[in-house]
Amino acid sequence: MTESSRNQKILWAIGTLVVLLYALTPVAWIISLSFKDPTTIGDQKFLPTKTTWDNYSAVFQGGLGFNHALINSIGIAMITTLLALTFASMAAYAITRLDFPGKTLILAGALAVSMFPAISIVGGLFNVWRVVGLYDTWPGLILPYLSFSLPLAIYILSAFFREIPWDLEKAAQMDGATGSQAFRRVILPLAMPGVFTAGILVFISAWNDFLFANVLTATDTARTAPVALSYFRGASQFTDPSGAIAAGAVVVTIPILIMVLIFQRRIVSGLTAGAVKG
Amino acid sequence: MAVAAPTTGTVAPTSAHGGLTDRARAERKLAWILCAPAVIVMLLVAGFPILYAFYLSLRRADLRFPDAGEFVGLSNYVTVLSSSTWWRDFGNTMFITVISVTLELALGMLIAQAMYRAIFARTAIRASVLVPYGAVTVVAAFAWRLAFDPTTGFVVAWLNLAPPPLTTHWGSMFVIIFAEVWKTTPFIALLLLGGLALVPEDLYKAAKVDGATAWQRFMSITLPLIRPALMVAVLFRTLDAFRIYDAVFIVTRGANNTETVSILGYLQLVNRLNLGLGSAVAILIFLCVMIIAFIFFRFLGASPERR
Repeated sequence: MTESSRNQKILWAIGTLVVLLYALTPVAWIISLSFKDPTTIGDQKFLPTKTTWDNYSAVFQGGLGFNHALINSIGIAMITTLLALTFASMAAYAITRLDFPGKTLILAGALAVSMFPAISIVGGLFNVWRVVGLYDTWPGLILPYLSFSLPLAIYILSAFFREIPWDLEKAAQMDGATGSQAFRRVILPLAMPGVFTAGILVFISAWNDFLFANVLTATDTARTAPVALSYFRGASQFTDPSGAIAAGAVVVTIPILIMVLIFQRRIVSGLTAGAVKG
Repeated sequence: MAVAAPTTGTVAPTSAHGGLTDRARAERKLAWILCAPAVIVMLLVAGFPILYAFYLSLRRADLRFPDAGEFVGLSNYVTVLSSSTWWRDFGNTMFITVISVTLELALGMLIAQAMYRAIFARTAIRASVLVPYGAVTVVAAFAWRLAFDPTTGFVVAWLNLAPPPLTTHWGSMFVIIFAEVWKTTPFIALLLLGGLALVPEDLYKAAKVDGATAWQRFMSITLPLIRPALMVAVLFRTLDAFRIYDAVFIVTRGANNTETVSILGYLQLVNRLNLGLGSAVAILIFLCVMIIAFIFFRFLGASPERR
């Protein structure tokens, strides 16, 4: 019995190690590559033999349009998140708290939209956006991001709102709080974790998008960081852009990773609430 | 969000009015107002474009000849469905979908078990598993592409791969699949972990006493009980994998015969500016996704709405 449980312990310890290696190796590799000196970039070694910050300065020098792209990415993802949270909170509140016909239709519609293949609508948007002047603009990306993140946000927020003991609001009012006080002091603090979770997931999905950003933008005006990264070219035809790509990739990834690691509990609960509970 | 919530707290007079009380009527109105922005955005930016794509797919819409836009019926669909490119790309897409979802399930299950049973470093595992989830798909694809790249890739040197994988069809396919699997397995693992947490520990103990092996316990206790979580995870991942675009674009741009249906649609729309054919491809992808979803709902009992 003890023999087998010790064996099991060792087994799971090895398992843990394998999981850690699995998750971290590609990230470690891209970080290592980003520090490699241009002369050693082709040495096919996992760790850099000669480290340098050159790749990072090349990325931020401006020639590659990466600075613009980062600002676009941050701005577009933040505006998307704020709008999605506002609209989705309103809808989720109505869905969980109010009685009205069409509730199931809205939920079913949101579910259907969440399954939409983005490629199926990107062509139509490309054509319409050019006509109405949204092509290569921030709103031109914010709108599709919004429509694709609303279903997720509505589902997560509904799952969270359902758990809120709404009677507390009435109780607070009986104790003499005004309607808005009851909402601000009692309901809002209870709703914030859900709103926050949905916000993180919406931000990540907007930050992660490549297809819309690749088709619906053309210049630095609205091109986002992942797309800029995919168009990195070497300084000349003969320079390998791999170092710059790696540095850019690290810059794009690090802020999200920090956010994910700080809020890991929330993200896990959000992912499970959105997909499993529905 | 401070959105009109206080109004619901107040009690409206309950006088009957055409079957509905004033209060119920006011509640309906408020509900519709609250839902309106979300519904309008989804209708305008998801519902309308898909109808528009269907309209375009029935016309000759080539941006190089903007004036020649007549109605051509289903001929764009005939062109697409009778081309070997579509079927090759469809085959590639199905291959990538089936292999990645299978690998993700197997790996995801192992990772979920490891997270569930981890004796030490529980938080460390969860944190590290979230790293691939947080990595942008483009970055994940670059990490794998550069790892297998003939000039920079350490994997090529370590394993002495000749010819380098990215110069062959199957090699490229697997680099794409690795990038996809690496990035999305954590999502599956987390969903499965949510399912595992619902399995009562006593069941395992009882089965152990009855002499069931670990494999038997997994097959007859774990699997049936986490089935709902499992099916939802598989449904979402299958739909997602079928739409694969980012990883292919970054790793090969469709070279070495690795084009997928999404890449085909993109190339028709953006490079060849043929909106008619591109839209036909887009609608066909949409239909495929709907069929996959239908099969899951109808025959495999996946139901995101009722857990």
